[in-house]
Amino acid sequence: MSILVDQSTRLVTTGITGSEGTFHTLRNRDYGTQVVAGVTPGKGGQNVDGIPVFNTIAEAVDKQGANTAMIFVPPRFAADSILEAEEAGIELIIAITEGIPAHDELRAFQIISKNGRARLIGPNCPGVLSPGKANVGIIPAAFFKQGNVGVVSRSGTLTYQVGNELAQQGFGNSSIVGIGGDPVPGTDFIDVLTLFEADPETELIVMCGEIGGDAEERAADFIAAHVTKPVVAYIAGFTAPPGKQMGHAGAIVSGSHGTAAAKAAALEAKGVDVGRTPTEVAQLAMSKLGTPAN
Amino acid sequence: MDLLEYQGKMLFARHGVPVPSGRPARSVDEAVAAAEEIGYPCAVKAQVQIGGRGKLGGIKIAADAQQAREHAGAILGMDIRGLTVYELWIEGASQIASEYYASVVFDRGAKAPLVMLSTRGGMDIEAVAEEDPDAIAMLHVDPLLGFQAFHGRRLAFEAGVDADVVRPVGEMLAKLYEVFISEEATLVEVNPLIITPEREVRALDAKVTLDNNSLFRHPENAELRDLSAEDPQERMAHDRGLTYVKLDGNIGILGNGAGLVMSTLDVVKGAGGEPANFLDAGGGSKADAIVSAVEVILSDPKVEAVLFNIFGGITRCDEVARGLIEAFELVKPQVPFVVRLDGTNDKQGRAILAQANLPGVYTEATMDAAAAKVVELAG
Repeated sequence: MSILVDQSTRLVTTGITGSEGTFHTLRNRDYGTQVVAGVTPGKGGQNVDGIPVFNTIAEAVDKQGANTAMIFVPPRFAADSILEAEEAGIELIIAITEGIPAHDELRAFQIISKNGRARLIGPNCPGVLSPGKANVGIIPAAFFKQGNVGVVSRSGTLTYQVGNELAQQGFGNSSIVGIGGDPVPGTDFIDVLTLFEADPETELIVMCGEIGGDAEERAADFIAAHVTKPVVAYIAGFTAPPGKQMGHAGAIVSGSHGTAAAKAAALEAKGVDVGRTPTEVAQLAMSKLGTPAN
Repeated sequence: MDLLEYQGKMLFARHGVPVPSGRPARSVDEAVAAAEEIGYPCAVKAQVQIGGRGKLGGIKIAADAQQAREHAGAILGMDIRGLTVYELWIEGASQIASEYYASVVFDRGAKAPLVMLSTRGGMDIEAVAEEDPDAIAMLHVDPLLGFQAFHGRRLAFEAGVDADVVRPVGEMLAKLYEVFISEEATLVEVNPLIITPEREVRALDAKVTLDNNSLFRHPENAELRDLSAEDPQERMAHDRGLTYVKLDGNIGILGNGAGLVMSTLDVVKGAGGEPANFLDAGGGSKADAIVSAVEVILSDPKVEAVLFNIFGGITRCDEVARGLIEAFELVKPQVPFVVRLDGTNDKQGRAILAQANLPGVYTEATMDAAAAKVVELAG
């Protein structure tokens, strides 16, 4: 098993005809993901390396049975594309686009949660990889193999770093989920922890947080109350100065809130081990699960 | 983007939020001219983003032109907790009967705007929240419904404002919410919100943070600047579309992706080094972005060694390698570079670097080894 994406995923990419949209959609297909359609308004009827392009997401759903959408359109159009996917009945919307206006994100999130029929991952995230099954997004899949460690992270490249450290120790992954570094993630740590807790393949959960907000603190409370599987955490930004936005729109230390130290303390208080470097995370995973058999 | 008080007040005025009339000034003469126009007594206020600037001598009341000149002269150029005062805001002095606090915050945890009101204005609201949380009335607003008149009344009653100003304070909150939504702010804060002896409600201060990602829809806001908070390297990086934060150390850092760069800073510090900056070259870093990034990093004279830490997803390592070679041709760095490339097209990237054999460039296979090496080289 795995979570969110697998062999049943039928992917439509919005913004497929852009250079990045094309590049990563084809990489996802090469990995084995069933890519059934692309959408670019005005380019319906064309195809991208054999993938049919439609003018609307609704058409991609009707004609190709798409159930998962990858959003690759520029930031000013991204919320519109997310809502179009939602209205078309797409169940899983994975928004890669970085730089979406915060208020657009807030509205899109509120509408999706009110209607309750779709799950949004991201925006500003690297996507979801279930090794050996499907890759939706920009995660470099060659570094990861199937296994029993679930990874959830607010940061893309940090996910690869931590995932790679785990791979060096011989660990594989059930799924790797990038929830994104924006202020209003469609899916948060708690949602993904819930999915991993219920996933029989996942035996250990690695959670990568960063400064800003209180998502890690809330996750710590949730883990204590609802997660029986071992969890190892990593927090980026111990040396980040207060008041400076560190790249991600969500990564800012305001006053005494949102510091890496406070997050690590909150997690450790609930019995979650926190690695101080990505390498240490892999070592902690070893101490929980033992050296992987293969 | 954090606005200065006067920029926030000008934004408020556009949305009908009552503010004392005022004028910005960048010189003593401009300040006096502004004071003459506004009349006396007037307040001469330092424009820096520091709470409590009044106590630090950054706000003075002038009774006449001579005092306006003296105060402006004293405050302009003053250093307030590390920030130099380049601009003043001259406004008519207000009579105060009561001081309240009001704000609209983008509450990430609740994923909704949060409106707050308290009668304990004029002081540090975080301290109030700590010692007497009940003194702050709070309400999450459904952004699809918007802020309604009854929300304003409810907050005003709950906060316990004077009965005769319940309605105008509620209306004020509605206007602040309107500023928050239409200017796409993540924070709109007024402390103090005052009631004058004539029972008028006014915003005596303004603290506004705008969402950088929405500035394309607000060209007039995109042009606002805070000279006191601007660092030349940060300005240069911003103009080139890079995310750069200047720090105090001597090791220049470049990475891709905010989380990985933050982690790199931590690992370098853990290895005994002091990072000179945070620089996220961003997703899909192309060769020209790498050239720009190298120029920005090396424009800080304190930098004695540079660490490139790339784990490519959307970024392709061969592009990064080509960018580095191009940067070496153009910039001819005098300091050593440690490069770690992993991820998409990493083998090609490493091969390109090996072939170029750039002077003073060391490659390392892991982040920990790369951090140790750069710390050693920086000395």
